[in-house]
Amino acid sequence: MVTYLIRRVIGAVFLLFIVSVVTFAIFFLVPRIGGATADDLASRYVGKTAGSEQTHALAVKLGFTDPIAEQYGRFAKGIFVGAEYDTGTSVEKCPAPCFGYSFITQNPVWPELLDRMPVTVSLALGAAVIWVLLGVSAGVISALRKGSLFDRVAMTLALAGVSLPIFFTGLLSLSIFSYTLGIFPPGGSYTPLAENPALWAYDLTLPWITLAFLYAAGYARLTRSGMLETMNEDYIRTARAKGLSERAVVVKHGLRATLTPIMTIFGLDLGLLLGGAVLTESTYSLNGIGKYAIDAIKTNDLPKVLGVVLVATFFIVLANLIVDLLYAVVDPRVRLS
Amino acid sequence: MTRQRTAAAVAGAAVLALALGACGGGSGNSGGSSGGGAKAVADAGIGKVFNPSTDKGGTIKIADSGDWDSLDPADTYYGYSWDFVRLYGRSLVMFAPKPGAEGTKLVPDLAESLGVSSNGSKTWTYKLRKGVKFDDGTPVTSKDVKYAVERSLDKTTFPNGPTYFNDYLDLQGYTSPYKDPSPDKLGLKAIETPDDSTIIFKLAKPFVGFDYFAQLPATIPVPQAKDTGTKYKEKVVATGPYKFGTYELGKKFTLVRNENWDPATDPNRPALPDTIEVQLNVNADDMDNRLISGDLDIAVEGTGVQLAAQSRVLANPDLKARSDLAPSPRTWMTFVNGDVPPLNKIECRRAIQYAANKAGYQKAYGGKTGGDIATNLQPPMIPGATPFNLYPAGPDNTGDLAKAKEQLAACGQPNGFATSISYRAERPREKEVATSLQESLGRVGIKLTVKPYPAGDYFKLYAGKPAFAKANGLGMMVYGWQADWPDGFGFLSQIVDSRVIREAGNTNLSVKDPAVDAAIDTALAEPDATKRNALWNEVDKKVMESGFVLPGVWSKALFLRSKRLTNVFVTDGYGMYEYVALGVQK
Repeated sequence: MVTYLIRRVIGAVFLLFIVSVVTFAIFFLVPRIGGATADDLASRYVGKTAGSEQTHALAVKLGFTDPIAEQYGRFAKGIFVGAEYDTGTSVEKCPAPCFGYSFITQNPVWPELLDRMPVTVSLALGAAVIWVLLGVSAGVISALRKGSLFDRVAMTLALAGVSLPIFFTGLLSLSIFSYTLGIFPPGGSYTPLAENPALWAYDLTLPWITLAFLYAAGYARLTRSGMLETMNEDYIRTARAKGLSERAVVVKHGLRATLTPIMTIFGLDLGLLLGGAVLTESTYSLNGIGKYAIDAIKTNDLPKVLGVVLVATFFIVLANLIVDLLYAVVDPRVRLS
Repeated sequence: MTRQRTAAAVAGAAVLALALGACGGGSGNSGGSSGGGAKAVADAGIGKVFNPSTDKGGTIKIADSGDWDSLDPADTYYGYSWDFVRLYGRSLVMFAPKPGAEGTKLVPDLAESLGVSSNGSKTWTYKLRKGVKFDDGTPVTSKDVKYAVERSLDKTTFPNGPTYFNDYLDLQGYTSPYKDPSPDKLGLKAIETPDDSTIIFKLAKPFVGFDYFAQLPATIPVPQAKDTGTKYKEKVVATGPYKFGTYELGKKFTLVRNENWDPATDPNRPALPDTIEVQLNVNADDMDNRLISGDLDIAVEGTGVQLAAQSRVLANPDLKARSDLAPSPRTWMTFVNGDVPPLNKIECRRAIQYAANKAGYQKAYGGKTGGDIATNLQPPMIPGATPFNLYPAGPDNTGDLAKAKEQLAACGQPNGFATSISYRAERPREKEVATSLQESLGRVGIKLTVKPYPAGDYFKLYAGKPAFAKANGLGMMVYGWQADWPDGFGFLSQIVDSRVIREAGNTNLSVKDPAVDAAIDTALAEPDATKRNALWNEVDKKVMESGFVLPGVWSKALFLRSKRLTNVFVTDGYGMYEYVALGVQK
């Protein structure tokens, strides 16, 4: 078990390294291969009347004139030992882990990521609870009552949930429930959990439901098909023959076997969302990691993009590791080695 | 994240469906009366004040679909930021907060009067008003203004702002107060402060329009002791009627009353609301919904409602009554590149002018709501600009094909020629322009290959980089330009003067004509504003004669007033609502 964990952690660190190198290369190496000079890259970050002298001075300040490997080395070094930044009036120390300074706002990236993390975590976890409960329950009931009215309605809703994009359902929900009926707060509303738990939940209810609607649909369909297959297995018949209650047959034997693939998908989905629910956050104007990423990409703000990519990768790796560990709990046949 | 990105591909269609379908408009709380004394009427805020009021108090709710480039006056170049900054900062002069064309006139702000020039317009002197203070109660002196301009010169610390002071002051090698060895950090010789209320600017070359530089946010005073360089934007020391209450970077900020602002020193600002709340990075379509419902008062970018909301506003009489279709100081246009043969020949460029379907160009920008068909560069809202048309496009504005063929024959290409047209990939309207021109020019044998490039790097790496444009045969480049300020220099200098063209990041994509440069110099030497304006028309004519630019549309924007706002009007100074004048019903 310990060996397994060490191996996975080493693998995760290596993956983070590869991801950071690839992201760095996409933003810096690829344009340089395409013929862009250091000054061309710097000209993205100056006002429209800036002359070549001013652009070059900024290129030097941002380090674009240094070899690419040196630039990457500086970035990586900042993560482990911190970095320094000239604010004009003073030299500011950016402690480790320093993901660099934004090319646009000239503020350190890491504190901004930390600041936005609670929004994304709140959104992702809240929605996850809803979609797992709704999706799995609907899938199980649909499977047990195959062909019933419930099954048909649930699967139709599930199809709609998968098909309708969040920017549509989100804007529609806001328009109806916030601006017409006035039941929920307008877009951009967020109260920290520690400040007021009730208001936190109230502000996030619409985003949770919107996001959960999308995911619950997939989980319902996945659970239904898994349950249908499992409930036809021989060991289910054996369990029934042994005189177990239907509840025990369904929950202990049927659902448990169905949960393995669902857990795999759940780990991936939750990991992805913890790295930023881009569309939900953008639609509801929630200042989480996903919105941060979109705003950074729009403005070619590489340090921010790198920061988000690494955080997202970290969460995906972590979520997958947890899921792999849970396999052993859910399915006794799995042994970690 | 991947799933969401995939879904983004159909975003536009769904948002449009939302607007046309489910949201309907005209619901109980989207109605039309102002709620105040005035009855809401379409365009009531254009050329006049809608719902005038002197009532103070209340909170104005503002939202931004993005974020400021910077709230630091030295580091900002967004038009709406220049309008908004006057709520918390006072520059030497400012655009008069008056409706319509009156808003293009400069009036003294921190200074007692407009600048006094001497030495052939190379020296400009301003006297500061007495009694102006920072929000901490410290009196403002001319040294604070000098320090503010000095720090704005440092483009490695403040890269966003304009470079007019860098380009015109007699710097003698001065780069930044942060590298200034003099003890008081006021070593710039190009600005003198003989006493606490006098400031003298010395230019390297004459410039008759220096008052336009004096209205730039860079002349808003900064107390050296409180300057924190790149961090100053988080705690700007105010001189206007409002100071910063709270500021959460990238999320929101509030302005509250500055108790050290003395209205006796400020004839321009009524300072009506008690508080101004600004929410940043708000979904643009959601912002329109909130404007319509009354949850929001102003969309601060000043570019008008989104396409999805436009049709909804225009179709609903109540909403339309709350709208203002205002001209912007912006022209949508297409540059014609003389570096790409056969467009090095003037007749070939003129063939494009005649063959283009201007009605198609206008349609791409949403028809009349998007703006009027442009026949020359300067929008009519620029003071003194007189529209003219050297290339009549026929009664229905679809082009004069006979004239186009004449020009093609004269340039030695009677059967037409092939070239490429570029546009910004993320801008569907520019794509529509490119395909419309592809179709209309194709009628006379000019075959266009359409090439999209990323908007973020359009000027830095592609169309705005002459070597790239030439190597890739970009004979035409779709474009749009908004004046830095509403006069001929502000509109034309950066897009038609060949001497501003550099290796990359250009705003003048192709106009290289000595006759145009000479006409610019003549205009710049004219001290009389009325005569100068006429000379800028001459510059415009020279460009049109050379055929280097195909003007498309003089832009308009559809604004929506919230029902609570008072004292609302569009100023031609910025082509958007005048933020300094706004009030709100409590």
